[in-house]
Amino acid sequence: MTLNSHVPDGPLAEKWDKHRFGLKLVNPANKRKYEIIVVGTGLAGASAAASLAELGYSVKVFCIQDSPRRAHSIAAQGGINASKNYPNDGDSVYRLFYDTIKGGDYRAREANVYRLAQVSGQIIDQCVAQGVPFAREYSGHLANRSFGGAQVSRTFYARGQTGQQLLLGAYGALMRQVATGKVTLFPRSEMLELVVVNGQARGIVTRSLITGRIESHTAQAVVLATGGYGNVFYLSTNAKTCNVSASWRAHRKGAFFANPCFTQIHPTCIPVHGEYQSKLTLMSESLRNDGRVWVPSKADDTRSPESIPEGERDYFLERKYPSFGNLVPRDVASRNAKQVCDEGRGVGETKLAVYLDLRDAIQRIGRRTIEEKYGNLLQMYEKITGQDPYRVPMMIFPAVHYTMGGLWVDYNLMSNLPGLFVLGEANFSDHGANRLGASALMQGLADGYFILPYTIGGYLANASLPAVKVEQTEFKAAEKEAADRIQKLLAIRGKRTVDDIHRQLGLLMWDRCGMARSEKGLLHAKAKIPEIREDFWKNVTVTGTPGEFNQVLEHAGRLADFLEFAELLVEDALIRRESCGGHFREESQTPEGEALRDDDGFSHVAAWEFQGVGQAPVLHKEPLQFEYAKPSQRSYK
Amino acid sequence: MKAGMKFTLKVWRQKGSDAKGKLETYELRDISPDASFLEMLDVLNKQLILTGREPVAFDSDCREGICGTCCLVLNGQAHGPDEGTATCQLHMRRFKDGDTIHVEPWRAKAFPVVKDLVVDRSAFDRIIAAGGYVSVNTGSAPDANSILVPKQDSDLAMDAAACIGCGACVAACKNASAMLFVGAKVSQMALLPQGEPECSRRVLAMVQAMDKEGFGNCTNESECEAACPKEISVSNIARLNREFLRASLCAVEGKAGGEGA
Ligand SMILES: Cc1cc2nc3c(=O)[nH]c(=O)nc-3n(C[C@H](O)[C@H](O)[C@H](O)COP(=O)(O)OP(=O)(O)OC[C@H]3O[C@@H](n4cnc5c(N)ncnc54)[C@H](O)[C@@H]3O)c2cc1C
Repeated sequence: MTLNSHVPDGPLAEKWDKHRFGLKLVNPANKRKYEIIVVGTGLAGASAAASLAELGYSVKVFCIQDSPRRAHSIAAQGGINASKNYPNDGDSVYRLFYDTIKGGDYRAREANVYRLAQVSGQIIDQCVAQGVPFAREYSGHLANRSFGGAQVSRTFYARGQTGQQLLLGAYGALMRQVATGKVTLFPRSEMLELVVVNGQARGIVTRSLITGRIESHTAQAVVLATGGYGNVFYLSTNAKTCNVSASWRAHRKGAFFANPCFTQIHPTCIPVHGEYQSKLTLMSESLRNDGRVWVPSKADDTRSPESIPEGERDYFLERKYPSFGNLVPRDVASRNAKQVCDEGRGVGETKLAVYLDLRDAIQRIGRRTIEEKYGNLLQMYEKITGQDPYRVPMMIFPAVHYTMGGLWVDYNLMSNLPGLFVLGEANFSDHGANRLGASALMQGLADGYFILPYTIGGYLANASLPAVKVEQTEFKAAEKEAADRIQKLLAIRGKRTVDDIHRQLGLLMWDRCGMARSEKGLLHAKAKIPEIREDFWKNVTVTGTPGEFNQVLEHAGRLADFLEFAELLVEDALIRRESCGGHFREESQTPEGEALRDDDGFSHVAAWEFQGVGQAPVLHKEPLQFEYAKPSQRSYK
Repeated sequence: MKAGMKFTLKVWRQKGSDAKGKLETYELRDISPDASFLEMLDVLNKQLILTGREPVAFDSDCREGICGTCCLVLNGQAHGPDEGTATCQLHMRRFKDGDTIHVEPWRAKAFPVVKDLVVDRSAFDRIIAAGGYVSVNTGSAPDANSILVPKQDSDLAMDAAACIGCGACVAACKNASAMLFVGAKVSQMALLPQGEPECSRRVLAMVQAMDKEGFGNCTNESECEAACPKEISVSNIARLNREFLRASLCAVEGKAGGEGA
């Protein structure tokens, strides 16, 4: 099977317009006859569902949380990019496109990224019209700040709660459609299977998390907007319910999984402090606008930070990357933090931390201004650590944060399974091997508000979609599969908790497939994961019954999928024998320790086809062509 | 390593929404003062699971105070003793070694218990569906900077918009009133030019939906503000009352003028 990205011909800047014009339209009067399932109510899912309902489609929306407003997008802090060029500092669609392609270390599709940059401005317009209270200047105009990997100020923000405000805007739009009856909402419902009929995605099987009831839903198209899989590492900045299950279940039914090894480690998180720890907390990248990152120049320096004189501090990012300084992209900042800790210059109890110091900024612009910009973040820091970041430099360390990989989609955001569309963090699309800050929110909303509503129409208008019923065999078989898996989990009654096994998997992934990866480490992980999986199916204990609210059972189901998926992630990392973006192979580095790409060998998307648990998956390659942004060694010096 | 702490927990256990619930007592030792309250409950659940007992059901997701999922009443206080703090951001160092802590769910007619410490807050979604938005379709927005908003108004709107919809305001109120939740959304929109055209319709519809869900009346106790993890001010309730009054009057005039509201 060859992968066709369906990228339209013609000059980059005209592709999207031309493509939209070429898409067949669905007759407005017929739209309500089409049922569309949207799984997920984060920025991608909520914006898509609302926009589709506005167009007249009948939409069914599912999410795990008790309310669509609590999707994980709510936690995004720092901001959203758009090439508005309001500050007049030289931004443009082309520059945003270029920065994003380069930031992703030349492993994303040019046409997709250009389109993303093109619609970025409209996103801000839409959100402002919804009443999203973005930060403003005294003049009443919108304010901007800078994020890593860019030398222009193009990030829009709402204090440290940008994701919350954008999501509440999309949630409002969604609830407005619920009120009109065009959207039916199924909160606390988990998708357990995708149903494929005659090669087309035609429905899903869900479990009510309150009653345990398993049921089928039919549709003409299924949209997955189910977020990222960072929790395969157990400790991450993701919310507890983030999972790979929806994507993985679709993958098992034939959808290709692309670039699973492209995971992002965020440089500025609160360090790990105990074995009982359940998650890691991000300190937004925006803090690097004003915070300076440093460690003591000497190894094993146990002095308190304030007593270390200026000359004995190493502001290592500023030293090594004078033009971007503290605002280098995430992969570069994370790797450098690891490096100084490896040299024994880490700080704090565990020596696995570096300082992020606001002292100079407070002296320069005053505590009030700092409070206004980052107040809630700094308060959060103080609550967690019990230390006052206005007085003592913060301690930070990299943590798993975002996943660039995801289900493979074409230019229309459709997977290789006709009728299955994938949006937001769940797809692999626009960020290549490293996502720049403030671009996930942009991508989620671009997908949901401005891309899918067009492209799904093109599919529906062309496809032949005979009626399907929940009584037919494909649905019944999928329901049985889901129910059997649950029975099997409950029957084990072993001696280990789900959480315990999840931690074990996470630690292995972090050690062998985290910030630095080597052939040896990856082979170790590859051998070890099936053992953990086997132990899970023999020794896990899942309490309670299937027909009730059962959080242990929910977690067990998600972990079961992570235990299959982890193997694919490691396999992908193993065969990608180059360093690029967040994927750092120790065997492939420049003399200065920067990531060394191998464009001849690996300038492609790796899209994997499922062959069965424990069976070697089949690799399909989508070559990447760069006509405009010519690949070069990334330099932030 | 800091020394571990000991606690006695009295936790509300209830099988399902129709079942009768009661407090169960659990002893915990060796809890790190740096553990969060929810991590302490994770430790308890691990013990329960490994001894063949049902773990305590409680809701949480982001565990950094922004999703509004966690919702525990600790020693009678919604989200526990710290001001401006959701349960998930509360750490055990805040308690004394040997403390007894009562752990209960939100209690309100409009928030029925699902199981143990988990409640159903879908009433809030229905209130928002009634009008908690600007009715703008995708694609019809003008350039963002064509709508100027004075910084003071935008900041005030943001203060109100910071609501995480957790429902602590309802849980803390002796009347189980949702006025702070509704006031926050009505205020956000009323303070912004984008929200202005639908102001009257919005406030009337949201208040009507709120009453229908069975939330109580506001008697100005301000317990809601004290419990709110985002420190949303009761001045939003005053604004809600003003907006409601104005809209009600306009509605009467509107009807007289044949316009409707
Ligand atoms: C702490 C933090 C801060 C961040 N800050 C920023 C930032 O400042 N700027 C930026 O651009 N990006 C940021 N990001 C990244 C960004 O927030 C996410 O990538 C983005 O919000 C993902 O949106 P989404 O709609 O794809 O998925 P999500 O918001 O994760 O939503 C997933 C949805 O799918 C549902 N779901 C999942 N599985 C199932 C299933 N099996 N059945 C039913 N429903 C399911 C969930 O219930 C949820 O509704 C941040 C991320 C984190 C973790």
